Amino acid sequence: MIWNPAKESMSREDLRELQGRRLHKIVTYVYHNVPFYRNKMQAMDVSPDDIRTIDDIVKLPFTTKQDLRDNYPFGLQAAPQSEIIRIHASTGTTGHPTIVGYTRKDIGVWSECMSRCLSSFGVRKDDVFSVAYGYGLFTGGLGVHYGVENLGAAVVPTSTGNTQKHVRLLKDLGITGIACTPSFALHLAETMEQEGITPDELKLRIGAFGAEPWTENMRSEIESRLGIKAYNIYGLSEIMGPCVSYECEAQHGSHINEDHFYPEIIDPTTLEPLGPGKTGELVFTTLTKEGMPLLRYRTRDLTSIMEGECSCGRNFVRMAPICGRSDDMLIIRGINVFPSQVESVILSIPECAPHFRLIVDRVDNLDRLTVQVEVRPEYFDQGFDTLAPITELERKVASKLKSVLSISAKVNVKAPNTIERVEGKTKFVIDNRILK
Amino acid sequence: MKQVSVFIENKSGTLINILEILSGAGIQLQAISIADTVDYGICRMICDKADKAIELLRAGGIAASLSEVFAVKMTDAPGGAAEVVKLFAEAGVSLAYIYSFLYDGTPVLAFRPDNEVKAREVLLANKLSCVEE
Repeated sequence: MIWNPAKESMSREDLRELQGRRLHKIVTYVYHNVPFYRNKMQAMDVSPDDIRTIDDIVKLPFTTKQDLRDNYPFGLQAAPQSEIIRIHASTGTTGHPTIVGYTRKDIGVWSECMSRCLSSFGVRKDDVFSVAYGYGLFTGGLGVHYGVENLGAAVVPTSTGNTQKHVRLLKDLGITGIACTPSFALHLAETMEQEGITPDELKLRIGAFGAEPWTENMRSEIESRLGIKAYNIYGLSEIMGPCVSYECEAQHGSHINEDHFYPEIIDPTTLEPLGPGKTGELVFTTLTKEGMPLLRYRTRDLTSIMEGECSCGRNFVRMAPICGRSDDMLIIRGINVFPSQVESVILSIPECAPHFRLIVDRVDNLDRLTVQVEVRPEYFDQGFDTLAPITELERKVASKLKSVLSISAKVNVKAPNTIERVEGKTKFVIDNRILK
Repeated sequence: MKQVSVFIENKSGTLINILEILSGAGIQLQAISIADTVDYGICRMICDKADKAIELLRAGGIAASLSEVFAVKMTDAPGGAAEVVKLFAEAGVSLAYIYSFLYDGTPVLAFRPDNEVKAREVLLANKLSCVEE
């Protein structure tokens, strides 16, 4: 069902007109409320009056994750603090997390957009919906939660963790829909099989999966093992959270909530806009956001935009599945991890040499991060003759990593000169996960 | 006596590298023992010219450490080791690790006690003799 046909099925012409008006308004708003944007625009000799139609967007400056870091924590916030009613945080590249403040209207837009996604997946008022994304600073849990409530279905805030308990809830509560990472869905299927529970014992019929890349093969596996229809949902906290784009029954690309989030595809090197069907970096401008509006935010996600009519009746453009990143960010258990974060932890520990390696595996459908780090030979000058100091060091690194990354990593302390020396950051990472 | 400890990867080729550094400098190994885990281990060695060994190993980028280890002579007969270990156990001294070797034809137990002061008292009280360097 189409939640908001007036917007989702709006004619392209009317939509472009709406986008142009909203863009002018948001640019005027940030120009007067965010010194960062005013300075950038003045340096480029662009004023809000130069932005009249959506095509004028190319005159505007880009925003990067580094800009968010440089303006930590509230530098890019446009609304006065008194209007902010929620603050989320996501991983930053080093040290600082990215802080996003939402006004009451922002939470309303988020809930509306989320309801569009859920409705598109077939969720109705009489559904019982389990949100198995993490609740907390991460936008996944609360983002979907508000959408389910706004739609009028019953939300079960399961969050992450205890899989066996989750399986029991699915069965006992007659849960009909679930939102989680696709890898967790497979882990859930495995746990069900171990417990001897078959899909026909459940009422589950809809899955909303996102926060990490997945493939058509994973989709068919999830659908057959859980006996459901599996849909993609996409979002990022800088722009809003989950709700930015969503699949429809055609399961062919994810419709972007274009009346609120304007997409562009650019060449990540030249920054030149690329046409429909061309793969490049996805860029979003928030057209209605009050708390922290962003102009031309570079997501670093690589994809392409599909134009043209969709059999579902929605006129919003669709984005193809994310096919990679234009930076070295990893997604581990749905959480964004930058090798630079690991580096900053290692550099802060004097016993560790600045030589490390990240190894990512998928074991029983759950991601596992191992960090190998070399110990400095000088550390041994103190006369160590047992392994205790090494295991102690591993514990120390693991606990620091946990507090910075928000996920657990297994730490392997290595002898000096045992990790291969390579140039370039991406070589620090060995990703053994094969998404077939 | 002096003991050389080396932090090594549990991987083929690492041990020979260490041993060749020592043999290349004419250093003779008197005892060797390795405590291992899945990924890495500590290789403990007793050799002549321990200071020289440490210097060479560190120059080769190897995490090497010099420490003192108790090296107690024992009777060359069944129960020889039990006799020594029992004395420490009775005095409430725990041993972190232990290995044995022959020194000038005499069997020797090398170990590290958790309490050095107490361990020395045990040596004195029972007239145990240690290897003199």
